[in-house]
Amino acid sequence: MQEILTSFMPNLIDKWYEFLQAIVDTIIMELWAGGIGFVLGFTFGIILTVTREGGICENKPVFKILDAVTNLFRSIPFIILLTALMPLSRAIMGTAINIQGAIVPLVFGSVPFFTRQVQSALAQVQPGLVEAAESMGLSNFEIITRVYLRESAGQLARATTITAISLLGLTAMAGVVGAGGLGDFAIRYGHDRNMKDITWATVVILVIAVSLLQLVGDTIAKKSTH
Amino acid sequence: MIELRNIVKTFKDDKEKEVEALKNVSITIGDSEIYGIIGFSGAGKSTLVRCINLLEKPTSGEVKIDGVDLLKLSHKELRSERKKIGMIFQHFNLMPSRTVFGNVAFPLKKSGLGKKEIQKKVRELLNLVELSDKENAYPSELSGGQKQRVAIARALANDPKILLSDEATSALDPQTTESILKLLKHLNEKLGITIVLITHEMDVIKRICSRIAVMENGKVVEEGDVFDIFANPKHSLTKDFIKTTSNLYKLDEILKDDINGISPADGEVLTRLTYIQKEVSEPLISTVTKKFDVNLNILLADVEIVSGSPVGGTVVKFSGESIKIDEAIQYLRDRHVGVEVIKDARNPY
Repeated sequence: MQEILTSFMPNLIDKWYEFLQAIVDTIIMELWAGGIGFVLGFTFGIILTVTREGGICENKPVFKILDAVTNLFRSIPFIILLTALMPLSRAIMGTAINIQGAIVPLVFGSVPFFTRQVQSALAQVQPGLVEAAESMGLSNFEIITRVYLRESAGQLARATTITAISLLGLTAMAGVVGAGGLGDFAIRYGHDRNMKDITWATVVILVIAVSLLQLVGDTIAKKSTH
Repeated sequence: MIELRNIVKTFKDDKEKEVEALKNVSITIGDSEIYGIIGFSGAGKSTLVRCINLLEKPTSGEVKIDGVDLLKLSHKELRSERKKIGMIFQHFNLMPSRTVFGNVAFPLKKSGLGKKEIQKKVRELLNLVELSDKENAYPSELSGGQKQRVAIARALANDPKILLSDEATSALDPQTTESILKLLKHLNEKLGITIVLITHEMDVIKRICSRIAVMENGKVVEEGDVFDIFANPKHSLTKDFIKTTSNLYKLDEILKDDINGISPADGEVLTRLTYIQKEVSEPLISTVTKKFDVNLNILLADVEIVSGSPVGGTVVKFSGESIKIDEAIQYLRDRHVGVEVIKDARNPY
């Protein structure tokens, strides 16, 4: 058995432990940046929805600023963010390299995207529902939780899935700051040193990961739709 | 009692221009009344009804419910007052992710009632609107009429004294509309709940309202008891609305084509006779024929009951001696019959 594997995927077997470490690094980055990004993106998405003109907590200055900042970071390609945010990364995480150094850029790279996704999901809630809730004497907090979030749960699940998958793509570039991960592994060995079996192995793992994320997301979305 | 005094509401449109949606409107609605507000789109009726529970805040004016000035309340107090006012909408606004039970129980969350008590109350309400068997259905599985019933049950959950209906039947077919109106009338009689009904259909007003206001361009142009409005409309807009619901005006269009048998021949007078007072019991048409020796050719008759009294009348062609026709018309007018001469084909001297 060992001989068959070694003849098909010599490089992968050779670098097996690095491969496993790369998978672990990717998972760590995905969970940390994903977790922080989820909370921030969710919050900003809600803020943008309620502070816009005609919203339940209309606040034009807050809306304009948050909207502009979101647009700003949306327009910067991630690979540039990685280097541009190095000073900020050092200030917050103490370093600009390795996994810790990648978290800040990953968060800045995915939060604006997720914010827009959340905003879009909430915008699909019929305005009539909000009006009905107001007429029943619900507070703004209750309207956000019992109407906006509850009625867009399916959409939000889908938005989270899309963002999680997109984030996985961003982690592939994290190798630029020495953070490791599957993308970095594939670039260094598969691309730079032309080790095709490594390239294929990384693709397979990533397809499995994305499919799992999609499956979980779709299941949650389906259960929330009536 | 609902008192709206000197309500003015201005909006800024897309071009930053000020639009006056309500221009100094004042109305008073008594307890247990069914008060209708009718007008075309853009007349301001939806805006006005939203001023009652402050979904729209008037730019100036007073909104008093049972003496409480809503504009002076804090956010918390206002929310508390809103629980006493139920509202139903044209597009139902049911929460799609919740079952019928969930929707009706929705306003009861912070009411202090326990789970069993809520269950009992929801079931009572569903029984009231005749939807007990749909407790576990989702709104997407219901017809329009059923959705509106759920919405009504939900609006009644906190035992409100007032129910606001914003074009609640405008999206329903005629039969379903009739069943919803029947339900509202029943609720008004059984619970004594005050109902404010917004609509653009005069048939709806005719069916259940006791008093109405007619709105145009942000103003109330006519207001009063529903019978008086139907029998004696004063404003041209009111008359237009009544025409949409009465057959008595159909002939006016036909007359333009001068069809034989309809148009008055030489010496004849075509008139429209209408009830303008509540008790008319004399057999006026046969009395007039005998007394003045004139012939009355009845072309059209349309009478219905509004607020318990007959409204409507007939379109009649008088023929006979000219003087006698004048006397007959005067006789009818003296007996409080509205006589409108549509076409006088007598030769003037």
